[in-house]
Amino acid sequence: MSQPASVTRAELEDFLYHEAALLDEWRLKEWLELFTDDATYSIPPTDAPDADPDDTLFLVADDAERLRSRVEQLMGKTSWSESPHSRTRRLIGNVRIRRTEGSLVFATANFVVHRLRMNQHATYVGRYEYTLETRGERLRIRDRRAILDLESLRDVGKVSFIL
Amino acid sequence: MTSGAVSSNVLDDPRGDVFRVQRHAFTSPEVFAAERERIFERCWIYLGHDSEVAEPGDFRMRELGARRLLFVRGKDRLVRAFYNSCTHRGAEVCRERAGNANSFQCFYHGWTFANDGRLIGVPGDEAYGPGFSRESLALPQVPRLEQYRGFWFVCFDRNAVPLVEYLAGAVEYLDLVADQGESGMEIVGGTQSYAIHANWKLLVENSYDGYHAQITHARYMKWLASSGAVSMPKGKLANVARDLGNGHAVVEYAAPWGRPIAHWVPSFGAAAEPEIAAIRARLESRLGPERAARIASSSRNLGIFPNLVINDIMAITVRTFHPLAPGRMNVEAWSLAPCGEAVEHRKHRLENFLTFLGPAGFATPDDIEALEACQRGYHANPEAWNDLSREVGFEKPTVTGEHQMRVFWRRWLAQLEPSHGKLAEVRRVAAR
Repeated sequence: MSQPASVTRAELEDFLYHEAALLDEWRLKEWLELFTDDATYSIPPTDAPDADPDDTLFLVADDAERLRSRVEQLMGKTSWSESPHSRTRRLIGNVRIRRTEGSLVFATANFVVHRLRMNQHATYVGRYEYTLETRGERLRIRDRRAILDLESLRDVGKVSFIL
Repeated sequence: MTSGAVSSNVLDDPRGDVFRVQRHAFTSPEVFAAERERIFERCWIYLGHDSEVAEPGDFRMRELGARRLLFVRGKDRLVRAFYNSCTHRGAEVCRERAGNANSFQCFYHGWTFANDGRLIGVPGDEAYGPGFSRESLALPQVPRLEQYRGFWFVCFDRNAVPLVEYLAGAVEYLDLVADQGESGMEIVGGTQSYAIHANWKLLVENSYDGYHAQITHARYMKWLASSGAVSMPKGKLANVARDLGNGHAVVEYAAPWGRPIAHWVPSFGAAAEPEIAAIRARLESRLGPERAARIASSSRNLGIFPNLVINDIMAITVRTFHPLAPGRMNVEAWSLAPCGEAVEHRKHRLENFLTFLGPAGFATPDDIEALEACQRGYHANPEAWNDLSREVGFEKPTVTGEHQMRVFWRRWLAQLEPSHGKLAEVRRVAAR
């Protein structure tokens, strides 16, 4: 039995700011280390933000294997849509611990992610839903869902990077 | 510039081995305006799938370029396509993307239309004279609306040929998709709605371009090989590009990826192998071994002129796109699947879809990048011509040739060929 989660909002904010920095700096291998081995990452479709990826067409519905592959691909030379890489800048706010359950922490945070590339400036707005696992002093991400408020991707084009 | 039996935008040398398209075809505002008038206002344009308005009252708002249409099943179960504009002063009567409604009330003055279009409510109608006719103020429908095997199309040209005639040889390939469901096919929930900074015709070309796959999709191919998802179907394998008439074209080929119907690959998991075998067996008993083998083992990328793509590959995507400007299009993509598919199987299908397809998949973003790179390239050298000569004159053109694109461009040219003053202008401007 793992110990009950005890994490403060300040600690969670530090964790999420660190995560955002790793992503903005394209340190994706280090970013992957923030995840549990069975982690999932998803982005629901803009017209069904509350849906389930088992029966709904998502934008991203990665299991741990596909997430690792996504990172490997993005750090390789033939992900043409991100080679050269986009510049991104993430603003994370309104961080809230919603509840804890055993060693699990359920948290939400709002995001604004700017992506700049090839003279296009795209702004992704939405919220994250995290399921985190506390392991000793460390937090690990078990599920990370990026839920866009955008009504479609028409203004941003695509999601070729990690949102 | 080359002359002879050529148009200003497309060089199609009947003797020779050259087929080229002038880049103004992708960048010119005049060509864009002519396309709107002579292609999008005259051809059959995909509206949606029957399953999206399954129940009486179900509706979807659809954007076909600048035109906003209401795709509705009335309480009489008939499907209709209305212009989403009140007959009183023109406001949109529906401002929801989708839902179920008995009626649509314009919030401006409160005129209310039944879901079959009848005007059923006019606040303060005592103020109108005897000539005021509710019948003539019903919500107008688009001139033509027809469906084939659940695929609904509209046409703004009242005199267009019937849809089935227009679809020509494409019906064979729509059948190969529609036949996959024992009790019909349905659009899965969730729309991939995105945009590309490129001319719409680039996406037509790209959607059945087998030549680019190994290079543009190197990372997907690498993932496929490393994930255990790879296994070539057995038997006599197709590799063909076909002209289906009226600008429609298809490529049919064998690919190493798994197919939900029905080609098992290791990444589906051992548990799924008997399940896929059972699906295959049912397909065989229903359609016969030959047709079942064709459906299960081959992939097909189908382009229906001008802007509908149905790719039956590692999953089935229905994709349509509308130009907003010469260098910009909106894209809508859906997953099509058999009704009543087992939950676990549906999950595999959607996972398989996402590995390649969509604006965050392992492949589509790189296609988008390629298309946008082309569009930027055209502005770098707008007077140049694109070359589409691969396999010109081949008796049996293949998926890695450009026969399918030439089929599209010849139809495009036939639609735009100057036959009156306005297009002659376009031709002059475009050739400048």
